[in-house]
Amino acid sequence: MAKHKTPLLDQLESGPWPSFVSDVKQEADARAKNEKGIDYQIPVDCPDDLLGVLEMSYTDGETHWKHGGIVGVFGYGGGVIGRYCDQPEMFPGVAHFHTVRVAQPNGKWYNTQLLRSLMDIWELRGSGLTNMHGATGDIVFLGTTTPQLEEIFWELTHDLDIDLGGSGSNLRTPATCLGMSRCEYACYDSQELCYNLTMEYQDELHRPAFPYKFKFKFDACPNGCVAAIARSDLSFIGTWKDEIRIDQEAVAAYVGGEIAPNAGAHAGRDWGKFDIQKEVVDLCPSKCISYDGKLTIDNKECVRCMHCINTMPKALRIGQETGCSILCGAKAPILDGPQMGSLLVPFIEVNKDDDYQAIKDIVENVWDWWMEEGKNRERIGETMKRLGMAALVNAAGVPVDARQVQEPRHNPYIFWKAEDVDGGWERDINDFRTRHQR
Amino acid sequence: MAFISSGYDPSKPMEGRISDIGPRHFGEYLPPVIKDNFGKWAYHEIIEPGVLLHVADSGDKTYTVRAGTARLMTVTHIREICDIADKFSGGYVRFTTRNNLEFQVETEEKAKELKAFLNDQKFDGGSYKFPVGGTGAGVTNIVHTQGWVHCHTPATDASGTVKATMDVVFDDFQDMKLPAPVRISMACCLNMCGAVHCSDIAILGIHRKPPILDHEYLDNLCEIPLAVAACPTGAVRPSKVEINGETYKTVAVKEERCMFCGNCYTMCPSMPLADKEGDGIALMVGGKISNRITKPAFSKVVVPFIPNEPPRWPTMTKVIKKILDTYAADANKYERLGDWANRIGWERFFEKCDLPFSEHLIDDFRDPAYYTWRQTTQFKW
Repeated sequence: MAKHKTPLLDQLESGPWPSFVSDVKQEADARAKNEKGIDYQIPVDCPDDLLGVLEMSYTDGETHWKHGGIVGVFGYGGGVIGRYCDQPEMFPGVAHFHTVRVAQPNGKWYNTQLLRSLMDIWELRGSGLTNMHGATGDIVFLGTTTPQLEEIFWELTHDLDIDLGGSGSNLRTPATCLGMSRCEYACYDSQELCYNLTMEYQDELHRPAFPYKFKFKFDACPNGCVAAIARSDLSFIGTWKDEIRIDQEAVAAYVGGEIAPNAGAHAGRDWGKFDIQKEVVDLCPSKCISYDGKLTIDNKECVRCMHCINTMPKALRIGQETGCSILCGAKAPILDGPQMGSLLVPFIEVNKDDDYQAIKDIVENVWDWWMEEGKNRERIGETMKRLGMAALVNAAGVPVDARQVQEPRHNPYIFWKAEDVDGGWERDINDFRTRHQR
Repeated sequence: MAFISSGYDPSKPMEGRISDIGPRHFGEYLPPVIKDNFGKWAYHEIIEPGVLLHVADSGDKTYTVRAGTARLMTVTHIREICDIADKFSGGYVRFTTRNNLEFQVETEEKAKELKAFLNDQKFDGGSYKFPVGGTGAGVTNIVHTQGWVHCHTPATDASGTVKATMDVVFDDFQDMKLPAPVRISMACCLNMCGAVHCSDIAILGIHRKPPILDHEYLDNLCEIPLAVAACPTGAVRPSKVEINGETYKTVAVKEERCMFCGNCYTMCPSMPLADKEGDGIALMVGGKISNRITKPAFSKVVVPFIPNEPPRWPTMTKVIKKILDTYAADANKYERLGDWANRIGWERFFEKCDLPFSEHLIDDFRDPAYYTWRQTTQFKW
């Protein structure tokens, strides 16, 4: 028997898409029955009360959650987000309802043993509600009370060997595509690099010392499955320098219709016979492909957009001299409008043998500059805009490169420095006056 | 309820404490075929909607069955996922960036069996638990934020708007008949935890009323200089007000300068913006992340405001369906929604999608606005 009437939410139980309302009701029932005799450490009826407060928002058209207070675990400045209901008398089960961010295995691979262990903790000490996963990538445990926070942290670290993720003005939990684990396009081991940098920068992840949040995201190729280019302060996007590998027999099989183009992604509709001229050659953004019974790629002119490879994955493969590009400064609109990552390093080797030192040098240079120059609550993309791309390039200690711009500047307002000019800026007015009367 | 100790002793917080250990290494959770062929994959195919085949250089094959989820998932539901993984995929399961589930199986027959099994699982209320789909030239799962379920700044709900939208575009989740993938994303306020600003279709919660000022409490709850500094347009300044003979230190808001971003509220709980009539949804289209063919692009606002209509947001879903259907009928193969709009021209986009163009759609926010105005006589009637 539901604790609150939810006539509006009940309408979200119909329709084909999985209903979160049905699921939360299912959890409410399971907790009420408590067949396993669990000694729940937070109110049993919190799923019911969550539906109750949500129904109230559906009626009011306004949220009923208050600002988070300062809650967390000892020694960490992030990982827990305080959350309180603004109608605690009506919904005591969710009066205190904090979020816990838990570090996910990179690429979000799990076995059921790990998932079940996580669920056991969250059933006993939390609401039983989760997000799999939050937008940043963490496992998100939705709703617990303050006295449970240290207990949850203890069990995560002692029993499961797992840590909390990031929140606040720190390094947020880095996220990666599934990379080499199951993708033929992976130009570098995005999961291993993500893991390595996550471990290296645990202090930055747990103890906010930055002007604002900072996100690393790792896409192993330019297709960008984790959207690194749009939403991470430093994006590591796989690329290559040499030639796309071509299997001409497989190209012929695509042309002959024996293999479906685009890995079968268009199978739902009859688009007609595959036309390599129209579907590959003409769509190449740098016009570096030709076909006359044999496919030719002028690799020097290739911009590695992935279209030809995506369209004929059995015939074309990425090059073998692989690494990644590093882009800086992507963010959502707040405060200064949206920003895409700007290309800082066109190519860098992703070298596990030296513990990715070349990449870490750039990361740390960029952080040093931003921590020195950045204002409170200023994303690095905004610092870049304020102080200029060249300042970032210099601070990062990477070479200046035409690839860092779309086109050169539109104005001649160049901030020359004294050392750029022969003789510097120091001049003698009396010497000047020997040539020019007052 | 008796308190159950984990072993943590609050009187000695440092004793036995473990910290900064990070995530578990992903290598522990890779299914054997994935581990054996790590970095050695040759190609992939989509066998049918929701089923992928990956072939390794070694000749090893693995079939992936992909299913959608509501993202907000309970312990009971995740245990059901575990039961399925134990039964079909050797106890391994993966979550995608877009909140889908993926199970690896060894043969095509087993993949089809699993697909049928997943499509048979229903909640008591009638919806699918694990609908298979989300591949290729279709709509995959919607990335979204918390909304009214758990957030303090939303202008709308997230789980509800996503459920309503996915119900309407469900055919395109289970099929692959669009010109290219369409990524729909949802963020319940301008903070965009969901980073919807580069999506083919973005559902965005927005406020339209300036903050209400809780003068009598503001100075106790907020650092006034931080609230002032938080405003990107300089609309907030320190002020004093007199209420019942008492003078309070507070802030004043120059309302015509407010762009309703809510940044002040993030810094100061005494400046709430939420309002039933003021809040609602803006729709943005034409963004993309991928470098494929064309450059990554930002989403553009095409509908400045749709009121919140819980529980099913019918006006919003109708507009989304109209945009999606018009694109599907008109775009070329491989052409993303924004590339289609760029090709036909945005004036034509509004015409074809039957959307009104209003002054709210002409950008007036700082420098980037200039780059969106037309500086040519090449336009269409």
